[in-house]
Amino acid sequence: MLEIKDLHASVDGTPILKGISLSIGEGEVHAIMGPNGSGKSTLSNVLAGREDYEITSGSITYKDKDLFELAIEERAAAGIFLAFQYPIEIPGVTTMTFLKTAVNAQRKARGEEELDAVRFLKLVREKAALLNVSDDMLRRPLNVGFSGGEKKRAETLQMSLLEPSLAILDETDSGLDIDALKVVADGVNALRTAERSMVVITHYQRLLDYIVPDFVHVLSGGRIVRSGGKELALELEETGYANVGESAA
Amino acid sequence: MAATRETVEAVDEAVGKYKYGFSTDIESEKAPKGLDEDTVRFISAKKNEPEWLLEWRLDAYRRWLTMEEPEWAKVSYPEIDFQDSYYYAAPIQDEDRPKSLDEIDPKIRETYDKLGIPLVEQMALAGIAVDAVFDSVSVVTTFKEQLAKAGVIFCSFSEAVQEYPELVRQYLGTVVPATDNYYATLNSAVFSDGSFVFVPKGVRCPMELSTYFRINEKDTGQFERTLIIVEDGAYVSYLEGCTAPMRDENQLHAAVVELVAMEDAEIKYSTVQNWYPGDEDGVGGIYNFVTKRGDCRGDNSKISWTQVETGSAVTWKYPSCILRGDNSVGEFYSIAISNNLQQVDSGTKMIHLGKNTTSKIISKGISAGRSSSTYRGLVSVHKKAEDARNFTQCDSLLIGEKCSAHTVPYIESKNPTAILEHEATTSKLSEDQLFYCRQRGLDAEEAVALLVNGFCRDVLQQLPMEFAVEAQKLVGISLEGSVG
Repeated sequence: MLEIKDLHASVDGTPILKGISLSIGEGEVHAIMGPNGSGKSTLSNVLAGREDYEITSGSITYKDKDLFELAIEERAAAGIFLAFQYPIEIPGVTTMTFLKTAVNAQRKARGEEELDAVRFLKLVREKAALLNVSDDMLRRPLNVGFSGGEKKRAETLQMSLLEPSLAILDETDSGLDIDALKVVADGVNALRTAERSMVVITHYQRLLDYIVPDFVHVLSGGRIVRSGGKELALELEETGYANVGESAA
Repeated sequence: MAATRETVEAVDEAVGKYKYGFSTDIESEKAPKGLDEDTVRFISAKKNEPEWLLEWRLDAYRRWLTMEEPEWAKVSYPEIDFQDSYYYAAPIQDEDRPKSLDEIDPKIRETYDKLGIPLVEQMALAGIAVDAVFDSVSVVTTFKEQLAKAGVIFCSFSEAVQEYPELVRQYLGTVVPATDNYYATLNSAVFSDGSFVFVPKGVRCPMELSTYFRINEKDTGQFERTLIIVEDGAYVSYLEGCTAPMRDENQLHAAVVELVAMEDAEIKYSTVQNWYPGDEDGVGGIYNFVTKRGDCRGDNSKISWTQVETGSAVTWKYPSCILRGDNSVGEFYSIAISNNLQQVDSGTKMIHLGKNTTSKIISKGISAGRSSSTYRGLVSVHKKAEDARNFTQCDSLLIGEKCSAHTVPYIESKNPTAILEHEATTSKLSEDQLFYCRQRGLDAEEAVALLVNGFCRDVLQQLPMEFAVEAQKLVGISLEGSVG
């Protein structure tokens, strides 16, 4: 699915990622953990194609294609979805309108028929009910005045409608209390399939109690310093990041 | 809504950056180039006008010779040579004006079809009556009969002069006097056609009325004149749309619109203006110097202006309300989009004369490319206007680094009971928003269109539904190439 080789990336000339290699197969869930400033968000932005980052060396292959050849929206249409740590407010555009525009933009890019209003409404209602997203929320401008929980539920709803092949969840737990976290985690778990891969980026082990990964990687100083199974997350919870970083140095 | 969809599709199909940039090869009859008293007489004679109207025109012309072009607007353009333009151009048709749609020159019909104006049966579905002004003359007015049953008069201005001369004489120039300003005075001298609407007492006009203006002929100025009179307790919703073909030279458009609302009357006037804006380097495009004013003459009357301005090289336009009647209401909802080298100086004037008068101004300016957009507004409360109330909101959105936005609100209050509020914001289209939209699959232009439509939502909601879709589409088209 995704093959990252020796990836180096900088922002404004400052190197942030310093040689990341990672291989993600179909249906696998990989957690990427690490302290603040370790490069977690940079990695997710680079995967999504944000233009403020300079790739200085390395390669990323996605579904046998050179990812760097694809524009942001082409990556989206090819199945890459980024759930934002801080979802962006879109004033004046209702959640429903945004969802429909996004779904149909991707369908069009893939040469599929666009959904009409009636079919789309039915689809959204089904998916929204599972995530406890009310009609009122769908009528409000996307993310404007949403609580932390509402924002993350809206992100998850988008993911369930767009049905990505590779979902990147960037600090999905930030800003959520435990109840909200459970709702979102249930939503994400419902989307786990044998084909769909996920990258779960988080600072805390807590999220991984609910979204249980197949693999855990520790990112520190722009490099992956340790990889293991889900038990690695528990170990980190006890020992902290400092020891892991040092042991790799 | 079928008509709307077809309109949208027609917009899609049209080619080139400016999607209305085709011209139609039709024989036309023109007045000799240039402007003098003979030109005025020629136009008046062509239209078989009564003596008083010719005199009115000549007075205006003589007055115009003594006036100077206004220079206070934040726009710049080369001096206009008023002698280098045609002041009258009419498509040559058979002896008489067409009696039905089938009789119109098929080429003109084709032009309207390309524009996506469904002049034919679709209009019935959409329930809209259209008066189409092609260059200087009104080509056909649809649905005249249905309207006549309701007692509504909707016809070309020339026809009104022939059929209802007393009404025209009673109201012409009573809202925008022939001496009002340089362009309005020029219009008073040489106006060639336009629309006339009269809604009698107590009648709610049964359909949306609509005029489509198009400048086709080269070197032609277009000077339409619209007069809408709504009697006591009556209501009308009116929409005008405008396009012009792509030409390298600039073309002048100086229209005058007068609205009169009597007691308890309401007029809703919506404009979708998409004149050719010139190319990326600012070559060509329409100079749109328009005077629009509504008079809330009766108590409890209401006039609402909604405008979507996306075209023209230079726009100079301030649709205004004179709130003369007690408890009268004036509203101005505006979206002004400028891209490339377009210059917009637009806004409104709300003149509070009566007691308990209320006005509301919502202005959304979007600047992209190297364009400049200015909101210029006046809220004036006169001595006797007890308890006047105004709310103004001016929001500017900048796209890119080289455009500019300016807000110039004038407020005058001579009555201490007035409550006037002004809010203004200026923001930039954020990279975060663009990235977010694109991550969800929208390309850069779709993302800009969506975000800008969101920014304009308060105003778009004011448009009649049939046209809101078209306007949204237009917002996207006019900002093409503004990012990435």
